Amino acid sequence: MKKIHALAAWATSLVLFANPANAQDEEAGAPPTSGQGLFEGGKLLLTNGVSSVEGASGGGIATWATIGGLEAESGIGLTGHVTLVELPDYGWQSHGVAIGIANRLELSYARQNLDTRDVGTALGLGEGYTFNQDVFGAKVRVFGDLIYGDPLIPQVSVGIQHKRSRDAAILQAVGAGSAEGTDFFASASKLFLSRSVLASATARFTSGNQGGLLGFGNAADKGRELRFEGSVAYQISRRAVLGAEFRSKPDNLGLGEDDWMDIFAAYALTDHITLTAAYADLGSIATFEDQRGAYLSAQVAF
Amino acid sequence: MILLPLALLAMQDTPPPEVDWDEEFGVEERVRNPETGEFPVDPYEQDNNNAGAHPFAGTNMAQAFGGQDGIRRIAERAVELSRQDPRIAEIFVAHDMVRLKRTLFEQFCYILNAGCDYTGRDMAAAHEGMGVRTSDMNALVENLQQAMQEEGIPFSAQNRLLAKLAPMSKNVIGN
Repeated sequence: MKKIHALAAWATSLVLFANPANAQDEEAGAPPTSGQGLFEGGKLLLTNGVSSVEGASGGGIATWATIGGLEAESGIGLTGHVTLVELPDYGWQSHGVAIGIANRLELSYARQNLDTRDVGTALGLGEGYTFNQDVFGAKVRVFGDLIYGDPLIPQVSVGIQHKRSRDAAILQAVGAGSAEGTDFFASASKLFLSRSVLASATARFTSGNQGGLLGFGNAADKGRELRFEGSVAYQISRRAVLGAEFRSKPDNLGLGEDDWMDIFAAYALTDHITLTAAYADLGSIATFEDQRGAYLSAQVAF
Repeated sequence: MILLPLALLAMQDTPPPEVDWDEEFGVEERVRNPETGEFPVDPYEQDNNNAGAHPFAGTNMAQAFGGQDGIRRIAERAVELSRQDPRIAEIFVAHDMVRLKRTLFEQFCYILNAGCDYTGRDMAAAHEGMGVRTSDMNALVENLQQAMQEEGIPFSAQNRLLAKLAPMSKNVIGN
């Protein structure tokens, strides 16, 4: 519950931080700002996606081809997020930032923390042992547009995510081949306006165990595999979206690692703040099965 | 010493007040057509294909948008909102709002299959030299969304119209 309070505090500070800028935008008779300023914005609501658990713009567990931040033109966009997942045996927390440059290049950083709570004792790690990982990401939009242009040509991006676990010693004992790994991915995303549906598909070349929190590959094999992740979302209004996601994962450690899935609702509280709530099924984590629970995320974007 | 410049100033000929400077510099005054209230435009070939999209089949969309009356209110409201929108107001300064409201209405009406012909120019010609950017287009979309929302158009129907307009972006942006 402490984590929930932390999220609330974070979200509140984001609101306080974001509102003055927001109010300024909407001030009647404000001088034209087009062509000026670094954080010019200009994306349609929600079309920057939210922050995925790896920090890149996307859904919650799936990465999209979108570039983070509200910048639609030549300037810079920014996002910050915090995410909590309350599972039966674990507590997931991640936070991060991303910068979008000219709606072309996205650089992101996220920190993931997986608290093993009581399970830590059973796993011989000690109660409350927490796995930590840093994820450094880069994504480039190659062609296409999420909304405009040919309705059958999606926005396509490619990217890498370099992940560095901070638990090298433990991971070796668990049987992981490495505490560092790099994912390569290609994403295609499109908002099909005629159906109010956003669809996104990503192919990821990865060796990450639980995304990398449990290391990469195993002792015998690097374990790099091509895996799929995708999202489908239905736009209810300008501010609200309902959707579902799926992400397939390797099982290099022989611990019965499952694919991830979720159903989510995202709401743009203001032009700059998006809240996401989901029911996430993360399957088996380190032999503890049926890790299903509430996923909450807050994103602030400029 | 100060008297000399003053004296020179006083001796200057003032130009005769009856000079018509517009005529001197060949400035043509544009006159609105008294019937339509629009400024004249250079001739072009009128064609429904200029609307840039095939119309919907059937009458469901026309009904959802409240027929021609509803569509006209939406088109005019979207133009008004955009003209007052500090993000994009400058784009509209030198443009004929009367004509824009009419041609935008015709375009929506034609695409929504509500019984109109589109008599305006094609999207590339209509936006030539404007330097419209993606963010400007998005601002216009937001204003159109607001206009549709005010008319109570269901969101899915709003998006179906936007789906017809979105592919035109290549002829609008960066033109």
